[in-house]
Amino acid sequence: MTQWIPNLWVPVQVQWIFGGILGLLGLASVIVWLMRRGDSAGKHAELAARVQSWWWMVAIFAVAIAIRRDVAIGFFAFLSFLALKEYLSLIPTRRADRRVLFWVYLAVPLQYWWIGQAWYHMFLVFIPVWCFLFVPMRMVLQGETRDFLRAVGTLHWGLMTMVFALSHLAYLLVLPEGSAVQAHGAALLLFVVLLTELNDVLQYVWGRTLGRRKVIETVSPKKTVAGLLGGALSTTLVAFLLAPVLTPLTPNHAIAVGLMIGFGGFVGDVTISALKRDLGIKDTGSIIPGHGGILDRIDSLLFTAPLYFHFLKYFYF
Amino acid sequence: MALFLRYLWYGVIVRAVVLVVLGLNVRHRERLPAAGPAILAANHNSHLDAMVLISLFPLRLLPRVRPVAAADYFLRNPLLAWFATRVVGIVPLKRKRERDDEDLLAPVSEALARGEILLFFPEGSRGEPEQLAEFKSGLARLAERHPEVPVVPIFLHGLGKALPKGEAVLVPFFLDVWVGAALRYAGSREAFMQDYRAAMATLAQEERRAEWS
Repeated sequence: MTQWIPNLWVPVQVQWIFGGILGLLGLASVIVWLMRRGDSAGKHAELAARVQSWWWMVAIFAVAIAIRRDVAIGFFAFLSFLALKEYLSLIPTRRADRRVLFWVYLAVPLQYWWIGQAWYHMFLVFIPVWCFLFVPMRMVLQGETRDFLRAVGTLHWGLMTMVFALSHLAYLLVLPEGSAVQAHGAALLLFVVLLTELNDVLQYVWGRTLGRRKVIETVSPKKTVAGLLGGALSTTLVAFLLAPVLTPLTPNHAIAVGLMIGFGGFVGDVTISALKRDLGIKDTGSIIPGHGGILDRIDSLLFTAPLYFHFLKYFYF
Repeated sequence: MALFLRYLWYGVIVRAVVLVVLGLNVRHRERLPAAGPAILAANHNSHLDAMVLISLFPLRLLPRVRPVAAADYFLRNPLLAWFATRVVGIVPLKRKRERDDEDLLAPVSEALARGEILLFFPEGSRGEPEQLAEFKSGLARLAERHPEVPVVPIFLHGLGKALPKGEAVLVPFFLDVWVGAALRYAGSREAFMQDYRAAMATLAQEERRAEWS
């Protein structure tokens, strides 16, 4: 396989897993096609749009991480920008903070620049310390005190989730640099992204087939106990099977990480659901047909990425 | 040459800013006219309003989609006039008569006769960001003269946040576009303006928008 695809940055096991993902998507497309055959009412149009969007997302993700490391980091910087823009467009903002928002956006290229330099310390403290202090200072200079606490709180939350949390995915790419542990950044990254997204799908499938009892009805009425447990446990099984291929995780650690991704993904999902309920909206956007906005798709990654990253960092790097 | 610059301007620069730096959420896109003549009548917050509306159309329609813009503002010096008429492709509209018998709407009528899709801002000026000023009746006079041309009400939100009047720094925000059902002139200017105001009010209330105060 490596012979006829020249000079790819990603190792051969990552290419094989991508082959597997394409196989799964093909299977999903065939199932949707069978479901839609003879169904003229267009009952499954949403599902079909969702599967088609998956093809696009997998293709974009594959191209983004395959070529070289800096391209992959740039891709996540762009994803952070899109997520932050979606968030800042949805929340209430103050007219006085227009210039402040400009500075908030500037945190995105800087945060990913530190990652490109593999500057671990700056990656860790830039948003929780430097931006945390800079944003209120810049806001005070505007001189508007009305709704100050709400404004500073929402801006910090946006920076922490859409930039800091998401940027952990990009740091996975540089994590193995200079380490004695045999691992490849793209493989570490693919593991958490694949499992998180698979977990979303598995929780949905388990919930639709078996689910009855609700988990947190006031936040997300469709989430059921069977969906959560079935999804998290099957994700853990896949984590156990895939860990030796993509990561240095021991079997016990693989199970722990699988559970973290299974439950962490759920928490990320319902956290963004709570945000949407509070704002009185159904989807965060319409950029991905069948899914909604960027935030609707990456909600679970916002929680699984930092959890997985710091587990790996503590035990292996 | 000018057409090449126009494609470069709208096809590359404007689309990069409107679709990537900003980003559009369009509701009822299917209500947009597929061919001219037609008038799109939108609220006005920013110079970028016209750029956003043009980005809603496929590139092959580019030579036929043109903003109607104030002649006294955009033709005030030769360089700006060249850019506005040749690259941006405005239909210049004078706001004051120089002679008593001057027909101010003549350039607009000519463009409609050529089958063009015109972007019209009935508020007349950009005004306060994200606040509707009064819609002036120029739109009704235009509709009266061309009762066969559909007038599509469009409500825009977000540009007053991204680039309001008097600000030089563009701050990225997703923009919301609501396309209304086409209106036609039916005998009275007043009734037409009432229909237009009602259509815009309905579009404005269709969904909850993020607070900006």
